[in-house]
Amino acid sequence: MAGTVKLRAARRRKQTIFRRLVVALVGLFFALPIVGMVEFTTRAPGGGRTLDTWATLFDLGVINADYPELKTGLQASAGLVVLTVAIMLVMLVPTMTWVRLRLPGMRRLVEFICILPLTIPAIVLVVGLAPVYAWVAYFLGESSLWLAFAYVVLVLPYAYRALDAGLSAIDVKTLAEAARSLGAGWPTVMWRIILPNVRTAVLSASFLSVALVLGEFTIASLFSRDNLQVAINLLGKRDSSIAIAAALAALVLAFIVLFAMSFVGAARGSHRPKEN
Amino acid sequence: MTPAKVPHSGTMTGNDAGHGVAVNLVNLRRSYGTIHALDGLTLDIAPGEFVALLGPSGCGKTTALRVLAGLEDADSGRVEVGGKDITSVPTSARDMGMVFQAYSLFPHMTARQNVEFGLRLRHIPSARRAARASQMMDLVELSDHADRYAHQLSGGQQQRVALARALAIEPQVLLLDEPLSALDAKVRVQLRDEIRRIQLEVGTTTVFVTHDQEEALAVADRVGVMRAGNLEQLASPHDLYARPATPFVADFVGLTNRLRATVEGQRANLMGTSVPLLPGSVLRGGALVLIRPESIAVTADPAGRTTVVSASFLGSTGSLYAVTESGENVMAQIDNDTVATFSPGDRVTLVPRPNPALAVAHEAGADTTAPL
Repeated sequence: MAGTVKLRAARRRKQTIFRRLVVALVGLFFALPIVGMVEFTTRAPGGGRTLDTWATLFDLGVINADYPELKTGLQASAGLVVLTVAIMLVMLVPTMTWVRLRLPGMRRLVEFICILPLTIPAIVLVVGLAPVYAWVAYFLGESSLWLAFAYVVLVLPYAYRALDAGLSAIDVKTLAEAARSLGAGWPTVMWRIILPNVRTAVLSASFLSVALVLGEFTIASLFSRDNLQVAINLLGKRDSSIAIAAALAALVLAFIVLFAMSFVGAARGSHRPKEN
Repeated sequence: MTPAKVPHSGTMTGNDAGHGVAVNLVNLRRSYGTIHALDGLTLDIAPGEFVALLGPSGCGKTTALRVLAGLEDADSGRVEVGGKDITSVPTSARDMGMVFQAYSLFPHMTARQNVEFGLRLRHIPSARRAARASQMMDLVELSDHADRYAHQLSGGQQQRVALARALAIEPQVLLLDEPLSALDAKVRVQLRDEIRRIQLEVGTTTVFVTHDQEEALAVADRVGVMRAGNLEQLASPHDLYARPATPFVADFVGLTNRLRATVEGQRANLMGTSVPLLPGSVLRGGALVLIRPESIAVTADPAGRTTVVSASFLGSTGSLYAVTESGENVMAQIDNDTVATFSPGDRVTLVPRPNPALAVAHEAGADTTAPL
């Protein structure tokens, strides 16, 4: 008996060490480039350390005057994030719910279509979208915001997976039918029954979309539009130090946005009492 | 978000009794490919009546209920409620309360919020809404659980809240789609009785779909046995059991022996006894008589021509399986305290009691020598 207990304790110790090792390795994998970026942006010309680059980055006057492309890129990316998430949610949530309710036979086809962009390289997507964007520019103007249409296609696979998991966790059909039998129309069913119950999935889909849009470079660059990554790339050709600092700041900003979104989600979900 | 405009028939005064309406399903047809789920179903339900639709899987009972609720469209036929044709009225405007087989409470709302949901859509002022919700929670005896979420309630409690939610809107018709089938046996019986008590109290016309004959017989004013998309028989539970109109009903509702007999006029002769026949029986020649296990008396008789195969204790009753000299299998219901007096191989005499029975042509019944 005592032998078995000792064996279990030894196994637990081994597992703990292994877990910590894995966490440390993963942490190192993520931390090394960030440490490298910090190291690079704090180098002083004659050796030693300086925070001049960071001071410049947070001096809005200097940024506006000397690095206007950074401001433009940041604004464009912020707009693209909002527009992409909005279009994705408005398009995908009702469609996926409707397919589950009324067209279950189409589910595989819709899934295939949504996953398809994952298999298409961005460069191929740009070649395909070029004629479309010629028309978009003709009708809607040259604004970078219209990149959101291409970005919605780009985020479809990730958003679909997140929303599909959320919709699978509830009995959409029964809940919708129960609401309708009580007098709810379809908009009420969507807004007051389905959405509150897939809130976590909607947040996950939004997180992924935000992360993807903030990090997108290829499509914006090939279409000669502004976004944060394009601006950082341009900046890198002029002032690599400020470009790396901007990239690191963008990374931290993305973390803050994602944390803030998850915090909002958790806070809204915390009104539920614990199970007795 | 503007909620759908819904009719409101009730007065929300708290006095619900007696606002049932007549329901008529007229020649309903509904096909899924080559399968006819409803094949000309016609069903008339009186105001305030509790009708159970009973039948095996795929007989069309759930489809009938869903067409009545507006959740499915009929290919042809009419649905009338209170004399009005509502065939093309959408579900949200039909003013029917429904309890589903699957748990259907909205997970993000408390029990009270669930009950209030339909009232909110009807723009009932909050004070009256709260009072009505409390009244409904009292009715299902869950006032103490009003602030709990679905995941904090047991299956039986969830279905009771679903019932309260359906009744809160004072529906013209209450639809119950196998609401007890996901519950364990004891809770099922309790909730079944509770549903009947509440229905009698509120007087709402109710349609209850189930595949459990005991449930149907226990709660309904009338039971409709469905087969292949149509009604086989619609009758009171007693008549359905004692006077089955067809061999299918006799077989589906309760247990039935199929015994060879000679029919003469209105009576059948079997096992040396004359038994009166029900309307619809064949009236001449050889036939099979469908006879209930409790309609066969068993007496121990060493000179008897029937041999006991097994005797089982079933709690409140006992059952005895025997095989006759001619090889027919017979099941009889016996007292629980006499089960122990019979052993396999014992000789007994079986005497049918003179209860009316249905006689069918030989080919309509199954093989009488097959095990029951």
